[in-house]
Amino acid sequence: MSRFNLNNSYKAIVIGGSAGSFQGITKILSQLPKTFPLPIIMCLHRLKHVRNGFVEALSIKSVFPVVEPHDKEQIKKGGVYLAPSNYHMSVELGNYFAMSTEEMLNNSRPAIDITLGTAAYVFREKLIGILLSGANRDGGMGMKHIKDKGGLTIVQEPTECMIDTMPKAAMALTKIDHVLKVDDIVSLINELDKYYR
Amino acid sequence: MELKNLSIESLIKKLGESPVFINEFLDELTVNVTEMFRDPSFWRVMRDEIIPGILLNHKTFNIWHAGCSSGEEVVSMAILLREMGIHNDVQLYATDLDTTILEKAKSATYSAKNMELNEKNYIRFEGKWTLKDYCKEENGRVTFDKGLLTNVTFRKHDLVTGDVFNKFDLILCRNVMIYFNQALQNEVLKKFHESLFKYGYLAIGSKESLIWCDVANRFLVVNNEEKVYKKIKD
Repeated sequence: MSRFNLNNSYKAIVIGGSAGSFQGITKILSQLPKTFPLPIIMCLHRLKHVRNGFVEALSIKSVFPVVEPHDKEQIKKGGVYLAPSNYHMSVELGNYFAMSTEEMLNNSRPAIDITLGTAAYVFREKLIGILLSGANRDGGMGMKHIKDKGGLTIVQEPTECMIDTMPKAAMALTKIDHVLKVDDIVSLINELDKYYR
Repeated sequence: MELKNLSIESLIKKLGESPVFINEFLDELTVNVTEMFRDPSFWRVMRDEIIPGILLNHKTFNIWHAGCSSGEEVVSMAILLREMGIHNDVQLYATDLDTTILEKAKSATYSAKNMELNEKNYIRFEGKWTLKDYCKEENGRVTFDKGLLTNVTFRKHDLVTGDVFNKFDLILCRNVMIYFNQALQNEVLKKFHESLFKYGYLAIGSKESLIWCDVANRFLVVNNEEKVYKKIKD
């Protein structure tokens, strides 16, 4: 029996991160099982004026190509998506993305709370939310929304984080199911993969 | 705007009865966050490729800013045209469905605290001067030189229900259609196609696309990174 409670037919994984999360994200993406069927939706804080380079940097080691979706692009099985710079990215009913240029939230655009919160609304208990290292509180409310809808919540072990403000904000706002090091997040994803074989 | 105690039925009734209320409601509902020279690389492409391309065939031309919001993009374009020395040769049309925001656009007055970002964008655009040279600051507000807007016609226009009202050499509609569903986007893109002269240009937001729409095959991708298209078929 798995040490993670994964017997729920999950439909997507959302990952939020900021300062100090790049290494963790890269590790997760580089160790994805080749058969991994769930879409991975990432919202990471990034420079507003630098549109290029980030998705390419993430793609280098990723098992699947990372894409910045267009407005209204459908979310597909096995897709790995990154919120583009200077847009908020939300998940919409009907499983597609929508972009917005609304005000910054938590000093951020893209804001993790928006991607996580809208994903929670759409995927409800069939969503896994992961929040990594970061220097502000963005993402905390999003994790609370995921938990409130019955989804699975995971944060990076604060001691492993370069800056632990972000995971700690989530832990203060809601019950986090698993507090894990990145290596254990990778194991969890691998176990998850077995459920779909 | 206080809507808390309003049922959906009474909201609809009120919207039907009061034009003033409709305007307030629209102003509340529409997203009006924008920057001057948003995506500086886009503005460089405008200055260095697209507008010189139009000038090859036309000494004078016209531009439509569809969904101009508070007008930052219009002022940016006016500055660009002035720096190219062709400001008097270009007629600009700026439209929005929100009349409150159109008034703001006409005033070309913005909060001084947005200027840091605008100025940074302008530097990345590699403009000739600084934005400060184009505006005056007073009480935390900056007002841009009214001369920039002499060739601009502001008018209320609804992209969804409005008519094709003119023909243009260049249409900018960036990050407006993201608030429409695809069916609506498709209709609006048809309207843009009709509103363009043959070989005119259409610019949309960097994360918008028209490859999926009905009129896609009547456009050529001129710059995929900056999402600039050229109408090649009527």
